[in-house]
Amino acid sequence: MNKGLSWFTWSALIFGFSFLYLPIILLVLFSFNESKLVTVWGGFSTKWYAELFNNQGLLNAAWVTLKVAFVSSSVATLLGTISGVMLTRFSSFRGRTLFTGMIYAPLVMPEVITGLSLLLMFVAVSLDRGFLTVTIAHITFSMCYVAVVVQSRMATFDHSIEEAAMDLGCTPGKTFFAVTLPIILPAVVSGWLLSFTLSLDDLVIASFTTGPGATTLPMKIYSQVRLGVTPEINAVSTILVGLVATGVLIATIISRRNDAARLRDERLAAVDP
Amino acid sequence: MSQKPREGKRSQVEYLDARSGEGTAGALEELHKQLLLLPPYRWLCSAIAGSGISPRGLLISTPYIWLLLFFLAPFLIVLKISFSEYAISQPPYTALFELVDDIYVQIKLNLENYQLLFEDDLYWRAYLNSVKIAGISTILTLMVGYPLAYGMTRAPQRWRLALLMLVILPFWTSFLIRVYAWIGILKKEGLLNLLLINLGIIDQPLTIMNTDTAVYIGIIYSYLPFMVLPLYASLEKMDDTLLEAAADLGSRPIKTFWQITFRLSLPGVIAGCFLVFIPALGEFVIPDLLGGSGTLMIGKTLWAEFFSNRDWPLSSAVAVVLLLILVIPIVAFQKLQEKDKAA
Repeated sequence: MNKGLSWFTWSALIFGFSFLYLPIILLVLFSFNESKLVTVWGGFSTKWYAELFNNQGLLNAAWVTLKVAFVSSSVATLLGTISGVMLTRFSSFRGRTLFTGMIYAPLVMPEVITGLSLLLMFVAVSLDRGFLTVTIAHITFSMCYVAVVVQSRMATFDHSIEEAAMDLGCTPGKTFFAVTLPIILPAVVSGWLLSFTLSLDDLVIASFTTGPGATTLPMKIYSQVRLGVTPEINAVSTILVGLVATGVLIATIISRRNDAARLRDERLAAVDP
Repeated sequence: MSQKPREGKRSQVEYLDARSGEGTAGALEELHKQLLLLPPYRWLCSAIAGSGISPRGLLISTPYIWLLLFFLAPFLIVLKISFSEYAISQPPYTALFELVDDIYVQIKLNLENYQLLFEDDLYWRAYLNSVKIAGISTILTLMVGYPLAYGMTRAPQRWRLALLMLVILPFWTSFLIRVYAWIGILKKEGLLNLLLINLGIIDQPLTIMNTDTAVYIGIIYSYLPFMVLPLYASLEKMDDTLLEAAADLGSRPIKTFWQITFRLSLPGVIAGCFLVFIPALGEFVIPDLLGGSGTLMIGKTLWAEFFSNRDWPLSSAVAVVLLLILVIPIVAFQKLQEKDKAA
């Protein structure tokens, strides 16, 4: 079994990863295509990128999307972190079951239902649809993802560190900021990143909850995609994929480095008398 | 762990303060002191202190209240509107509760929307078709994902983290873009047909785009990471000596695979299948962009009912029934997870 990789393993890996990556690679490749025809290679060109920066509608949508993503992911991280801590540290409060249900339900709820229900509520309270409503919608589903990420980190670290701080006279609030938060910080950061990309990607919920003047980038892309494949959309997609991939890679490298540092500290702490 | 606030012991904390003046805690305390100079913040703080709710209670209740307001309440509104009647007005539905003579509250419970869902074959066929498409694509995703996850666990240790990263990375990139990427490949004059014709395998372009096949490909592609991750987790835990023992005892590799590897990875298989099936059921983007006009899926029907027909009560009823259908796999999944944890 351990005599190197068998042909089966090799072919499974090669087939699997080419299936995952070929479509994206082709998309990126054809964004540099000179020809307007998406499947005919007409030579290397960056003219579609240049054209993007003259497309005011697209730029506006991109700006709206970034603003929504930034605000919603920040608020969602705050609310989600509190929820994640609540779920692990407070074993009983009134309505805990309901709260747990409300944290997990949005994760499995079809987007069309989330979008529809939020829109109907905004109409019922006659809140004008626009930037605010999209942001509220995004906070609502993102905070649940953050809560789950933070909760899983909270569940795995050593309780006794917090207890030690409290025994030494730390107030619960100070214990949280001085002990708990630094430990769960990587989870909080990845929760923020996750919310940011979820908000950046969302088409369905944004389509339901947005109003005039707050068209997001995915909505713009969607309306153009329905008309067919264009090199311009390939160019936008390439930029988005590139940004997200770079962000995720940087985040991974940082968290790996932090993990390594933490392990080293723990080992030192164990050795030192 | 004690959770009681230890307000009374504040004086004993002083010696800790000297050290915690740096770092996050110190910075926040400093910020709090600075902000107290601003009247609105000071008023807020004194209002919180005066209301009898502890700051902790306030902090804790915020996410709770948020979800009650923006998750539970909207859903109750959907439920309410699903029982009202379509009307040409703004908003386009009749009121469920009406005050008659200022004394009685009249409740007009209208079941017609639900009746229509069962009578008009468009709707129940859309539900059945969604279950069918989600089911078939779940099995296909398993067939694509299993060898991949298996291959990853057989790869050398130092590669595994990178391979895992490569599986997760597409999950972070936009769903819409990943689906869009397939249009250029699958359409009639697309890259796949171009390749197959140039290789001489076919001489007429295949029609894949705008069919159910394209939807299957889209779902497999988009949800593959959800399948591979739980599979990988359960396959990695497997004890290799079991396989060696089976081989030593003369079991053929295929038999060993079914009787040991597959059976031990069953929790991962089940988790992966649920993680693909549940979101695929209510999918909108994939059937809309890759599927044809004949591809009936309930997410698409709901969207059309809402945006094209503007029939809000009917789309609410569609949503309520979809949710009822989803409850079955979700509850089953949760029960299984709990059983796993208990075992």
